[in-house]
Amino acid sequence: MSDLSTREKIHPGTAPGEDIALEIVGDGDFATTDMTLSIGPAHPATHGVFRIVLELNGERITAARPVIGYMHRGFEKLAEYRDFRQIKALVNRHDWLSGFSNELGVALVVEKMLEMEVPDRAQWIRMLIAEWNRVLNHLMFVGSFALELGAITPMFYAFRERDEIQYLLEAATGGRLHFTYNQVGGLKLDLPKGFLAESVRLSKLTQERLPDYFDLVLGNEIFQARTVGVGPLPPEVALSFGVTGPTLQAAGVPEDSRVTEPYLKYDEVDVPVHLGENGDSFDRFACLLYRIQYSLHIIDQIHDHLPAGPVNTKLPKMVKAPEGAAYQRIENPLGQLGYWLESDGGRTPWRLKMRTPSFSNVQSIPYLLEGMLVPDAISVLGSVFFVVGDIDR
Amino acid sequence: MNVELTASLSPAVFVPAPSAFDLDVAFGITVAIKVAFILALFLVVPLVVGYMEHKAMGRLQHRRGPVAAGPFGTLQLVADGIKFIQKEDVIPAAADRKVFALAPGLALVPAILVFLVLPFGPGVWAVDLELGLFYALAISSVSVLGVMMGGWASANKFSLIGGLRAGAQLIAYELPLILAAIAVAVQAGTLSLVGIVEAQATFTLPGTDLNLWFVFPQILGFVIFFLASLAELSRPPFDMPIADSELVFGYMTEYTGIKFAMYLLTEYAGMVSMSALMVVLYLGGWQLLPGVGLPGCEGAGGMFDCGWLGAIGGVVITLAKILILTFIMVWARVAYPRLREDQLQRLSWLVLVPLSLINLAVIAIAKVVVF
Repeated sequence: MSDLSTREKIHPGTAPGEDIALEIVGDGDFATTDMTLSIGPAHPATHGVFRIVLELNGERITAARPVIGYMHRGFEKLAEYRDFRQIKALVNRHDWLSGFSNELGVALVVEKMLEMEVPDRAQWIRMLIAEWNRVLNHLMFVGSFALELGAITPMFYAFRERDEIQYLLEAATGGRLHFTYNQVGGLKLDLPKGFLAESVRLSKLTQERLPDYFDLVLGNEIFQARTVGVGPLPPEVALSFGVTGPTLQAAGVPEDSRVTEPYLKYDEVDVPVHLGENGDSFDRFACLLYRIQYSLHIIDQIHDHLPAGPVNTKLPKMVKAPEGAAYQRIENPLGQLGYWLESDGGRTPWRLKMRTPSFSNVQSIPYLLEGMLVPDAISVLGSVFFVVGDIDR
Repeated sequence: MNVELTASLSPAVFVPAPSAFDLDVAFGITVAIKVAFILALFLVVPLVVGYMEHKAMGRLQHRRGPVAAGPFGTLQLVADGIKFIQKEDVIPAAADRKVFALAPGLALVPAILVFLVLPFGPGVWAVDLELGLFYALAISSVSVLGVMMGGWASANKFSLIGGLRAGAQLIAYELPLILAAIAVAVQAGTLSLVGIVEAQATFTLPGTDLNLWFVFPQILGFVIFFLASLAELSRPPFDMPIADSELVFGYMTEYTGIKFAMYLLTEYAGMVSMSALMVVLYLGGWQLLPGVGLPGCEGAGGMFDCGWLGAIGGVVITLAKILILTFIMVWARVAYPRLREDQLQRLSWLVLVPLSLINLAVIAIAKVVVF
């Protein structure tokens, strides 16, 4: 499916003077050598310790090899030494920008194995926080992508919003990055007093400010010149690499597990999905922005639905999942997150396999970068959204 | 007959306008005063512009900018300078040591030398060269040599690409810059920067007595000059040679401490001198408004022979115009992402160069027919 030889010529950028046919006179003893440029592991464009080795002919990339593993922290193995309640504090660290979604996935898969009924209110609150977490995550990428293209201001705008949202989530969870708010069977605590009013206010405020990003970044002529038609990812290639999330939706594939395989109460709210047409950097970024908008739309619906009731269930002193295995996938901000949990009936998982979106998304990078110019590579690297910890785990 | 022809074709002998620093004292003292004047300008004005950039960027980005060092953070750049001096001077092991050390200086010195001809007010210039405009443009493009040397000598791939990009960018944007400036010289009929200011003070719309700056007939040229000077200075959105998300910091990647500061100072001094050139070429020099001279001035439409008060007023007006222009540069930096290298080249060769040729042709024809 991912036959590299059949791909069409897709890169509009030309290096200065590269289409000039030089006639070599004399003995023709004129040769150029390719240059190997190692971007990373510590490089501003890789936000984290991601390394990519480029073979360059001038500014043209002839081959790109991502080198991952600089941040391998052995989460899957560590999880085998933590009990079912403790692993949520581990998993919210592999993708540090979507801590809540990660721990939600673990909570859901453990509950699935225990066949546990989770109170309605807990499920709605989980959705609320997960959507806020998605907004937080996407705002970060909105800022960093623009920063990589040389626009410094959107980063500050994004952090203006992020700060307020983080204060909001801190009020409920006590954490700004690693929330550790889920627990098996529900949530640690109910929402604090005044949380909802603040949440409503922030949702409104963020929606009012969202047009700033559409105008300042998406509508900017230079931004469009840098991204439109750059690094298009055809849907079948994207699917063959296992690319998910906004990167896949930009290619026009309506895959979003909140819609296609709803968990929590996502079947009771309207979940719009924005689809791109060409799967290029511009579409990927547009999908990201629209996902913020639609997340806020979902948040507004949750505000209207939130039922009263308990938020957790009484747990035995030691949670033990029965022998067997379960798989749960959820729509993480960056794509599909899957947890395969296998238990031998003991107090810790026998195996916890993580299927993380960033890992699959970066697999498409060699395909996307081949034949591209270095500045375009930045535009692609920034728009195939990944978190390094999520790649290496 | 030959002699007569030569005589009739040879231009009037150029008499440099006297500088206020040409005092009736020993030659050496005059030179010392002028050097002190240029160095003072070079060291103070870029700092003011730098502070303005910090503050303006901060405000445009929902920050406050520097607040801690000095009142309202005004001494931030001084503190930065002290910090730069204290830093260890690291030279990479593989670097070409001599070239590496020489490069920042080579970039910096031309940036100082441009100030030699820039008129800041009535009589406030070091020297009025007959070829002032030519000199300013020529000397300012020497800086890129320092940039390319730094890129090459650093023995770093990012630096090398940055240096080469800077070279390519200079070649591409020098042309529209010079073509735009030539149009001004054509309209003014002189290459002397003081002469150009004077020509603007006396230029009136044909058929009326409405005094106009050159920016009005040459708005196209002004825009071209502005864009090209942004590119010359590698300021965003034309900062491909630095492009921190791709090239780490381009040709400056390996530089530390005072050498790095010298590159930075080059950039800010370049902003000031390019803005000053724009003020002189297009915005009427130290005229407050078109047709409004300084109080107490007499010669050439109220532009010269002003006395101390008028001279100071003229300098203030020029500096204010420079600040406005540099603010627009900062604004562009805040608002725009950077162009890609090929888009940058395309913009110059396919848009700016033809437009500046049209501008030059129109002005040249108008000069003969209308003005």
